[in-house]
Amino acid sequence: MSEPVLKVEKLKKYFPIKRGLFEALTGHPERVVRAVDGINFEIRKQEVFALVGESGCGKSTTGKLIMKLWEPTDGSIYLEGQDVTELKTQEEIRDYRRKVQMIFQDPFSSMNPRFRIYDVLEEPLLIHGIGETRAEREEIIHKALEMVRITPPEDYVGRFPHQLSGGQRQRVAIARSLILNPTFIVADEPVSMLDVSIRAEILELMKELKEKMSVTYLYITHDMSTARYFADYMAIMYLGRIVEMGPAKVVIDNPIHPYTRALLAAVPEPIPERREIIKELPIKGEVPNAANIPPGCRFHPRCIYMEKGLCDVKHPQLIEYEHGHWVECHLAGKI
Amino acid sequence: MTKNILEVKNLKMYYFASRGVVKAVDDLTFNIKKGEVLGLAGESGCGKSSLGFTLMGMPTPPGKIVGGSIKMEGRELVGLPEDVLRKEIRWQKIAMIFQGAMNALNPVYTVGYQMIEPLLYHMGMEREEALDKAQKYLELVGLAPDIVYRYPHELSGGMKQRVIIAMALLLEPELVIADEPTTALDVVVQAQIINLMKKLKKELGLSMIFITHDLSILAEISDRIAIMYAGKIVELGDSKKVYYEPAHPYTQKLLAAIPRLHEDVERLEFIPGQPPNLITPPTGCRFHPRCPYAMEVCREQIPELKEVDKDHYAACWLL
Ligand SMILES: Nc1ncnc2c1ncn2[C@@H]1O[C@H](COP(=O)(O)OP(=O)(O)OP(=O)(O)O)[C@@H](O)[C@H]1O
Ligand SMILES: Nc1ncnc2c1ncn2[C@@H]1O[C@H](COP(=O)(O)OP(=O)(O)O)[C@@H](O)[C@H]1O
Ligand code: SF4
Ligand code: SF4
Ligand SMILES: [Mg+2]
Ligand SMILES: [Mg+2]
Repeated sequence: MSEPVLKVEKLKKYFPIKRGLFEALTGHPERVVRAVDGINFEIRKQEVFALVGESGCGKSTTGKLIMKLWEPTDGSIYLEGQDVTELKTQEEIRDYRRKVQMIFQDPFSSMNPRFRIYDVLEEPLLIHGIGETRAEREEIIHKALEMVRITPPEDYVGRFPHQLSGGQRQRVAIARSLILNPTFIVADEPVSMLDVSIRAEILELMKELKEKMSVTYLYITHDMSTARYFADYMAIMYLGRIVEMGPAKVVIDNPIHPYTRALLAAVPEPIPERREIIKELPIKGEVPNAANIPPGCRFHPRCIYMEKGLCDVKHPQLIEYEHGHWVECHLAGKI
Repeated sequence: MTKNILEVKNLKMYYFASRGVVKAVDDLTFNIKKGEVLGLAGESGCGKSSLGFTLMGMPTPPGKIVGGSIKMEGRELVGLPEDVLRKEIRWQKIAMIFQGAMNALNPVYTVGYQMIEPLLYHMGMEREEALDKAQKYLELVGLAPDIVYRYPHELSGGMKQRVIIAMALLLEPELVIADEPTTALDVVVQAQIINLMKKLKKELGLSMIFITHDLSILAEISDRIAIMYAGKIVELGDSKKVYYEPAHPYTQKLLAAIPRLHEDVERLEFIPGQPPNLITPPTGCRFHPRCPYAMEVCREQIPELKEVDKDHYAACWLL
């Protein structure tokens, strides 16, 4: 088996919560939000790994840790075997930033509104000293735009972001992420803000470029259906933990963790006959605050299978339930 | 046969903006029967919310109704003076759950205060009685009655959306327009809210216009469906017919663009280009610049809705 391009080990990110004056005076211990709380996964070359979960479960935090926008509280991240947390000098970090790129959810806020499309795309080239002359850089920029089907490039380079449609802006964002020939792309909800008709186009484009440019993706999403379509592997996150992980189709067609099952049951499907039925949702309550993580299995207050004396006291381990299919539940296989 | 509760005919609402006239609702005709859910779908900017506001008799300035008719239980609403609309129609006959309303709850007032305001004002109810009624409706939408004493920031997104739904129901309207009521919510909460809407439909015999850009959600609730494109309804009919035998090329493409949870799809279809601006929409069929089947006639003449099957209409020159 090939070496993973990206490997994440025991990764943690805790954010301190500011104490009120009263709490500080009374010596109340400082509290933390455990946004990412010890996760492990690997992504192989040219694969797409989807991180799926409800808002606040720690997906974006994981992406930002990989981007080195934040330092982890604990754990390691390896890119092509190298420990990313060890990169310290400006040069090392710049080199890393060249190899790892990010696509954001909101194509508008991720671009400087005063930059023309040309400048948006030239900026990374200038930072990384690519293209000696303006003519050379222009050629690279035009090629990148053609690749994402913003054609003819001459018609677009002079425009400002607000003069593009949402889909076009997201394609420019993709062009920007690819222009430095990255090894790895973190795509954080890249299509959630786009209309369906355009969403499919962006997903197709990302798929096509994966082959052409041999990039590896971390695809962050809350949408199971696009994850099935786009991803090879998928991990389900709940309150900072990965609770289930495996080939995307296996997880969707044979979910084992009660939370995964509940998420899947909730996904709307375009089947009009279902409109008469009230859907049974095998889950209780709502996601608790990440500053207040329940003891034992952190899903236990919402779990319909919860076993008292076990689930509410003992933390389950992520075990390989079947080959390549991992589950973190005491009752995996018994329910 | 059940009666039509709402009959809309050739309705037009344009925004007279400084950039030009935005034809956001352009010649729409449809009916809603009592107890029926009409799902309204279309891409961002196609005029869904504009239609909702128009039916409430309150187009956002600089919008004006420029033609057509809206009949609620047989009574013409177009042309009614504002004070009659306010006293007799809005919230009492037709209510709306505004897009994003859950984030617009006033943070400085309790939920109860915000709920009873219209009861005191519209119905001249006593405070106690109004509070009672608010609590009854909170229970109906699955919340604890003592939520009336809480502030919006103390509630989760799902709870806030339930409060908004309860508020829309307070004056016992016949028709509720729900504009993207689940869009910002996580999938589990979204499913819970859809379940709630189904329950309300059944228990209260409510008629609804359910607006969303998500065709999967639409299928979960709609008896009939209207697909909008650039200010016009391009397909309308029984939801099974629209899903299984879409007649308009735009509907066909939209349905082929959604990934399925339990099916392997080799390639997703997409629609090249983007929706037009509504100040200078394309001539003829507004979809023609993006349509793979566009013909000469499509560029020249506007196709009208035609019956393709029983309770199934589409506006396309191919039909
Ligand atoms: N107050 C206004 N003045 C001028 N134009 C407006 C106004 N409100 C909306 N529009 C325009 O009218 C068209 C329809 O807008 P509308 O809000 O009804 O779309 P929508 O279908 O609800 O979209 P979304 O899915 O994004 O909510 C758009 O082109 C929009 O820019
Ligand atoms: N900069 C920050 N400071 C404090 N808490 C944060 C910060 N960023 C995220 N969090 C918290 O960490 C948790 C995970 O957030 P996030 O990774 O953004 O989730 P997701 O992307 O899955 O929606 C949430 O509880 C969130 O409020
Ligand atoms: S460990 Fe127990 S509470 Fe947690 S998911 Fe499994 S059955 Fe439910
Ligand atoms: S009328 Fe013409 S352009 Fe419009 S949808 Fe039909 S075939 Fe396409
Ligand atoms: Mg996020
Ligand atoms: Mg809208």
